[in-house]
Amino acid sequence: MFDLFRELFSYDFILRAMIVGILVALCAALLGVSLVLKRYSMIGDGLSHVGFGTLAIAMSLGLAPLQVSIPLVLLAAFLLLRISENSKIKGDAAIALISSSALAIGVIVISLTTGLNADVCNYMFGSILAMKQGDLYVSVIVAGVVLVLYILFYNKIFAVTFDEQFAGATGTRTGLYNMLIAFLTALIIVVGMRMMGAMLISSLIIFPSLSSMRIFGSFKRVVICSAILSVLCFFVGLVVSFVLDTPAGASIVIANLAAFCLFALIGFARGRVLLGTAEDKSSDEAA
Amino acid sequence: MGKALSCERVTVKYEAKYAVRDVGFEIDAGDYLCIVGENGSGKSTLMKALLGLVPLHDGRVRYDGFGRNEIGYLAQRTVVRKDFPANVMEVVLSGRMGRHGIMPFYSGRDKEAARENLGLLGASRLAAKSYRELSGGQQQRVLLARALCAAEKILFLDEPVTGLDPLMTAEFYGILSDLNARGVAVVMISHDVESAVHYGNKILHMKTAPLFFGTVSDYLKSEAGRTLLNAKRGVAVDPLADRAGTEVFHV
Repeated sequence: MFDLFRELFSYDFILRAMIVGILVALCAALLGVSLVLKRYSMIGDGLSHVGFGTLAIAMSLGLAPLQVSIPLVLLAAFLLLRISENSKIKGDAAIALISSSALAIGVIVISLTTGLNADVCNYMFGSILAMKQGDLYVSVIVAGVVLVLYILFYNKIFAVTFDEQFAGATGTRTGLYNMLIAFLTALIIVVGMRMMGAMLISSLIIFPSLSSMRIFGSFKRVVICSAILSVLCFFVGLVVSFVLDTPAGASIVIANLAAFCLFALIGFARGRVLLGTAEDKSSDEAA
Repeated sequence: MGKALSCERVTVKYEAKYAVRDVGFEIDAGDYLCIVGENGSGKSTLMKALLGLVPLHDGRVRYDGFGRNEIGYLAQRTVVRKDFPANVMEVVLSGRMGRHGIMPFYSGRDKEAARENLGLLGASRLAAKSYRELSGGQQQRVLLARALCAAEKILFLDEPVTGLDPLMTAEFYGILSDLNARGVAVVMISHDVESAVHYGNKILHMKTAPLFFGTVSDYLKSEAGRTLLNAKRGVAVDPLADRAGTEVFHV
């Protein structure tokens, strides 16, 4: 076991992947709680597809991928949020249109320039080799910004997630905080996408919070549990991918899936127990 | 006592249809305004318009001497995901959000106020429970406590006693009167005309446009008031029949 970890961390690229991955997993899980509860999960998925399109364009133009993707995906986040808040258009259908169109544009751009090669596969399904030293710095800064903003606005994020109407009526600028959530999500998706893959990054947002919600009944506990669970699953997934020589992104998703099943089972069992005691109590009262 | 809220020609349209038309009134800091009217008469929409939650087609709303962060609000129906993980304390504390301005975290004073308001509503023992595990009446009490936490200058309530038992209802009206006596203006939508004229000092009777606005004693003498009260007394056997009665009732 010890030897395994020593071997693991002797590789520079694994160390880089570990640092970026843990930060991304942590931030994605924090934001994920709000996204899932606000029914914005689709936005996360849409943004990752838009991210793929922008990466493809950056690659074909020979530009730095993160510097091109970040502003474009932020713009997409703004548009997607507008669409999902506009009740006249069916939000989920519009998001599906945008995400498949972005994907199609990406594929066309790639096939016209570099051709469908191994790099494209890496964008789709992730590669831990994709992280360069420069990306590491950008990722750490972005993750740091997301973490600080999330902690500073934690209570406001709770308020707009729980009851936007009340928050709006009592003087909280709900539009601003929705936008903050969408922007932070966009940043994290762009940073995490190349390691996790455009097709798989949204699982990092959705799984940990869904798992935590099976067991915990307070927002704070769900947020903390999601963060820990997400980092743990990332670590386990990465180690497994190293040992079994499986793709990192997919292994991390599978680790999250396993955690979800476990939590769902515990939640179900506890629910049965709680239901049992509630029934006991009501029968006591009846007696 | 100073003016708290004034509005002129407030008009809201959904598509091409008027939901609220030409509503204008003023209330003072110590007022207790009850908004009555049949279902679909624009009461809830008017309240949302006053709170800035729906866009105005025309008219304007003015709060005098305080900002939106000193408003408490309880909606008719609070849509919360069935499995939303939040405990009661987190929900009630979020009522104190508006007073913070830029400060990111709650203070001890905030927690104290949250506990106090839960206590007022007889819900202290719920504090650590998860909101999703509460009954409908308990959830209503928690949301009321949150509204009380937020109400520094004015409190908007859209049918607040829905889901409360008669004892709790009476207690709640008592809490409102106390709050009102401390100078917090109350604006309440009510299906219960009897308690509206009993507790309130002003009445706004809506039917898309206002049918009546003025003091309770004037309302009792007005035609709108007499018809509604008589109709209520005619059909009001229990609260459910009362509601059914308002649905078929036309002024």
